[in-house]
Amino acid sequence: MSILIAILTLALVAVVIFVVSAPLRSSRRRPDAGRAGGAGEDAARASGADDVALESPSGSALRGDLEAAREAKYREIRDAELDYRTGKLSREDYEAIDGALRAEAIEILNRLEADGEG
Amino acid sequence: MNPARKRTARLIVALSAAVVLASALIYTSFSAASPALSPSQLLRQVQPGRSYQLTGTVVPGSVRRQAAALDFSVEDRAGGTAIPIAYTGTVPDPFREGREVIVTVERQRGVYVGERNSLITKCPSKFKTAPPGEKQSY
Amino acid sequence: MAGLGRACLLLALAVCVYGIGASLYGVRSGRSEFSGSGRRCVYALAGILTIAFAVLEVAFLGNDFAFNTVASTSSRTTPAFYRAAAVWSSQEGSLLLWAWLLSLWSSLALFLTRRRLRDVAAYATSVLLGLAGFFIALMIFYANPFATTRPAPVEGAGLDPLLRFPTMMIHPPMLYSGYTLCTIPLAFGIGALLARRVDADWIKAIRRFAFAAWLFLGVGILLGARWSYAELGWGGYWGWDAVENASLMPWLTGTAFLHSLMIQEKRGMLKVWNISLVLATGTLAIMGTFLVRSGILNSIHAFGGATLGVPFVVVIAALIGGSIYLVVSRRDMLRSEHRLDSLLSRESIFIANNVVLVALCFVIFWGTYFPLISDALTGHEASVGPPWFDRYTVPLALVLVLLSGIGPVITWRRATLANARRNFTVPVLAALVTLLALLAVGVPQKPFAIAMFCCAAFVLASIGQEFFRGVNARRAMAGEAAPVALLSLVRRNRRRYGGYIVHLGIAVLFVGVAASSSFQHASELGLSPGQSTRVGAYTVRYVRPTATITPKDDRAHTGSTLSLGAVLAVYKHGHHVATLQPSEGFYAAAGAQGSVGSLIGGQPVSHVSMDAGATRDIWSAIAPNIETPELKRIVSIGNRTLPAEDAIVAIGVLARTYLQHPPQAQFHLIVSPLVMWIWLGGLIVFGGGLIAIWPAPSAVRRRVAVRARTRDARGLARA
Repeated sequence: MSILIAILTLALVAVVIFVVSAPLRSSRRRPDAGRAGGAGEDAARASGADDVALESPSGSALRGDLEAAREAKYREIRDAELDYRTGKLSREDYEAIDGALRAEAIEILNRLEADGEG
Repeated sequence: MNPARKRTARLIVALSAAVVLASALIYTSFSAASPALSPSQLLRQVQPGRSYQLTGTVVPGSVRRQAAALDFSVEDRAGGTAIPIAYTGTVPDPFREGREVIVTVERQRGVYVGERNSLITKCPSKFKTAPPGEKQSY
Repeated sequence: MAGLGRACLLLALAVCVYGIGASLYGVRSGRSEFSGSGRRCVYALAGILTIAFAVLEVAFLGNDFAFNTVASTSSRTTPAFYRAAAVWSSQEGSLLLWAWLLSLWSSLALFLTRRRLRDVAAYATSVLLGLAGFFIALMIFYANPFATTRPAPVEGAGLDPLLRFPTMMIHPPMLYSGYTLCTIPLAFGIGALLARRVDADWIKAIRRFAFAAWLFLGVGILLGARWSYAELGWGGYWGWDAVENASLMPWLTGTAFLHSLMIQEKRGMLKVWNISLVLATGTLAIMGTFLVRSGILNSIHAFGGATLGVPFVVVIAALIGGSIYLVVSRRDMLRSEHRLDSLLSRESIFIANNVVLVALCFVIFWGTYFPLISDALTGHEASVGPPWFDRYTVPLALVLVLLSGIGPVITWRRATLANARRNFTVPVLAALVTLLALLAVGVPQKPFAIAMFCCAAFVLASIGQEFFRGVNARRAMAGEAAPVALLSLVRRNRRRYGGYIVHLGIAVLFVGVAASSSFQHASELGLSPGQSTRVGAYTVRYVRPTATITPKDDRAHTGSTLSLGAVLAVYKHGHHVATLQPSEGFYAAAGAQGSVGSLIGGQPVSHVSMDAGATRDIWSAIAPNIETPELKRIVSIGNRTLPAEDAIVAIGVLARTYLQHPPQAQFHLIVSPLVMWIWLGGLIVFGGGLIAIWPAPSAVRRRVAVRARTRDARGLARA
């Protein structure tokens, strides 16, 4: 019984080490990946196979943040329209707020485009 | 008033209200609280008409049930002074001799009367090993 | 297999230590392969602890009494259902459950954020592994679930009968899931402060976990209340017990956070407040876990070795101290982008809501820890009871419900009076009509309850108005029929309408609480068969006694030797309304009580019988008198003449005698109106929460994005 336990334990340790060291091993296999510059950069290349899938366009923390801000702004635009249609905003108030929100959204979209080219 | 001063004024009002309410809360907690005492402490400082929270162990052999009333004695956790209590009200399931209890009592005409439904028994040994006398099999 | 369990714990601790180091090194040096390795440590931890938990479950189900915890909390006669749950009835097992759930939820959180928030996630990984490591270290050094005794005892002590109820299976895992989910926003909050990134991306990631924590914790609390009411013998669902309060406090701050988060999202305000709420919620969750098992406060639940107290205090102090330091040192980054425009605005209502919730939390905190506070300040330990709690929480709850009706209807930034008139007329009318109706019907003078009913009417009307107007808007925009419009309205605005449903549920819940506490009729008295009594509008008659003996009739698998009870018939206006069968189970106890006495000398457990209805619950409990001279004589004769194996015969005689000459029994009878609404309200809250948290299908998101972008283009052309 104790031999079985010892074997199981060793097997478990081996699996754990294998799983945990995977990113370290794959980065060593690709020495040209190099260090991602600066704290917080999540370069897709250096992080190992399980990480950022190649189809995701995110290349920097800033981009992720801008995308989240864009989604939030879209939601706000829709919410403002719903507020107007359910009678919580007068027409003038709605148009003012809607214009301001759209301007903020365009700003975010511009920054996203600029970042994408970089 | 310019917006900045308005905001400061609002903040001051809000904070003062909070301080006043918190003080009321704290004050009433001290006056409404019942001190938790062991039997020996209670005997030393008891005043008739005031209610106290008595905590201690139920003395084995002291429990007597008569219809709606329950008589038992409470002693210090370490043993020693015991106080007889006359209690009416709900008796929690875990109540038995040797268990730790908390009951609100008042000294009325020389007798310690337990406040109705104030008896709490500590759930025994859920996360502790039971003392040997308590080994139960279910 | 205990060896495998012990090895798992050691391996888990090693993984935690390595993971903390790797994550921190990875984030400070920019070498993200180390952060990735650290994240995989969390996945590995989940796997290791799953194996450890499985080992313990198998030991329980297989009656392996070599394990100390199995021997002390389970037995061959405990049904399989309860044997599986007994795993978390002990200190050691519950610590393992906590650590396991933490590792599972952390894995999910880190998996979902694996492509974003790299540096924040790396710090969060270290915090989560640190907490997990703490619990694992507690297990290894103080309370090891895999400790064994050889040779193994033949039989175990069995599960405490007080715990042998089905809700026992679900309440701890739900509650622990809530607690552990609270630590994830805590970890990400600390991570955000350390990485100096408190922004839109962080909000988006953390919102879902804060919501899930709130949901699970809320369900866990409600399940506990239901267990207490329906299955324990005291007839109440909330006693302001220290342990109940400990779970409510993080839920309150979590609710506050969910609301103020919206303000940060929209206006960039309240950043310091939000991060403080996140840190407070996580710390309160850890404090709650500590309270239950440290024995520092007198409570019905107080269990736990004093040895666990010190390590917990150290961790909590570190959390509090560290949080304060982080927030203060990063305060320049947490400056508000905007200021409050007007007191009559949704921001203002949300802030008021936050203030009320935090005030509630403070009141409960003060009352719960008062024994320690008074001991520290005055040298005498004193405690406050439910009346003190009620005095402060009831008015605060009233204001909270009222705010939950105002918030949905008022606009952001600045609401005009004309607007307010249009939107609040119907809800205010509803409240007034309710008030007049209640007074006309002659409801007894209970001002707080009546106020709560009016506030609830206000909320119902304002939510109803929102749905009505929303459906109309949808029909105007898309020409759909009303039911379709309702569905698509909710589907496209899950957060908003899910939130409205939650508010509805809360209002229903509080109506139930107000009605059942203010208009309850209770009676405690002795009855003999044939006698009846009045409770409220009902007449309860003791029809006949009941007596059952295991193992023949133990349908509920309570494991009791003897169960004595009564059949009660309930009448209203002469019509038979319900039949109740409360009973009390007497259990065996090893000890010097004699062969017969020890079969029934153990802790008795009351089995409540209840008729639950939409408008009222009729609740009954019995304390039969098993110590009449006649019955005591049977026991003592049995003790003298019967050996242990035959002692059960005397129990049969006892039962027959009780049935033939039933003595007067003590009954506790309660008629509470609208208790069902509490559970119903809870279900509505849960449903609304699920709707709000459900991710919109990406197709919808893309359609919305495209439409928004084309509208932007048109907007640009217009500008």
